[in-house]
Amino acid sequence: MVNWIWLFFIVASVVVAAITGKMDAVTQAAFEGAKSGVTVSFGLISIMVFWLGMMRIAEDAGLLQTLARLLGPIVRKLFPDVPRNHPAIGYIMSNLSANLFGLGNAATPMGIKAMQELQKLNPDPTTATPAMCTLLALNTSSITIIPTTLIAIRMNYGSANPAEIIGTTLAATFVATSAAILADRWYRRKSPPPAVPPSLKTNMKASPHAAGGEPIV
Amino acid sequence: MYNLFSSLSAWMIPAIIVFIPLYAALRRKVPVYETFVEGAKDGFGTAINIIPHLVGMMVAISMFRSSGALELMLSAVRPLFDWLGIPSEVLPLGILRPLTGAGSLAFTTDLIQTFGPDSMIGRIASTIQGSTDTTLYVLTVYFGAVGIRKSRYALKVGLFSDLVGFFAAILICLYIFG
Repeated sequence: MVNWIWLFFIVASVVVAAITGKMDAVTQAAFEGAKSGVTVSFGLISIMVFWLGMMRIAEDAGLLQTLARLLGPIVRKLFPDVPRNHPAIGYIMSNLSANLFGLGNAATPMGIKAMQELQKLNPDPTTATPAMCTLLALNTSSITIIPTTLIAIRMNYGSANPAEIIGTTLAATFVATSAAILADRWYRRKSPPPAVPPSLKTNMKASPHAAGGEPIV
Repeated sequence: MYNLFSSLSAWMIPAIIVFIPLYAALRRKVPVYETFVEGAKDGFGTAINIIPHLVGMMVAISMFRSSGALELMLSAVRPLFDWLGIPSEVLPLGILRPLTGAGSLAFTTDLIQTFGPDSMIGRIASTIQGSTDTTLYVLTVYFGAVGIRKSRYALKVGLFSDLVGFFAAILICLYIFG
């Protein structure tokens, strides 16, 4: 699907530009886009280096394991194929908590670290596992309690009550996250992973049934 | 309420930064500085791994916006919105939000500036912007960092939840503030 969307963007851009005569702008936009891709990645370096250093201390001190134990039951339901005491659970937990508290720049490094831990359990390193898809689903719908940036913007433009959108945002984010979890569950059940040894495949098929009777969320 | 939360989030990061090494050093005798440096080493490589993925995505999105293809796509969907009685000014946000975080934030700011933060459009835009994340960016960065090329159904799930979140935000705002 990514391949098709990417191809669609590029082909549609050139076709539309040919009709509207904006070819120069599109050429320029292509290289502007490339530049901002690099700029954003470079911006991530400092954040990644800092938080991964911090998180290594937390890991060595056993703090991640504590976090995993505290909120483990919920995470185990969402990630049935990640072993109970795997370090991935701790990183998933810290990623989700950072999201929840709106610590955007801490959430990304922790999410990436969680992905790296999940990658260690992956039989085919170029294809996403169900657990990776679930983690991604939770992050794309991002449960946020306080949309701080928006409140600041609303304040800036003289809102009588800048924080009045906290309730509506929370409700909308809850609906979006529930939809993400349900859709993820549905696809997880529907599509058995390709290119997985038969022994693992039967496990994958068995696990959704085992969790099937339990309510999600 | 907001003051409480904003001071809470102002304290959150410093509290974490102090608590983690302090606990590690005093309770677990972890050599904190050395451990920090050891873990931090991975950060550079990880960020560099993301570059090709992010460049590829940003190029496509940037072309799509500047060519007018995005505008064309919007004008195709606009009549449906008018028919449903939803303010069609917020429509571009539904398409921009999953694609570009900076782009949709700029658009939201523009709507707030034009219609006012306390207008229905301003409130809906704020709610949409705050309630989901930039799906394509999250997918690119998270999967790019570990070298996943086949994302399977992850993008479908992300876009589906964006769509649900978009309409949920509109309906909730119309109901609460309407």
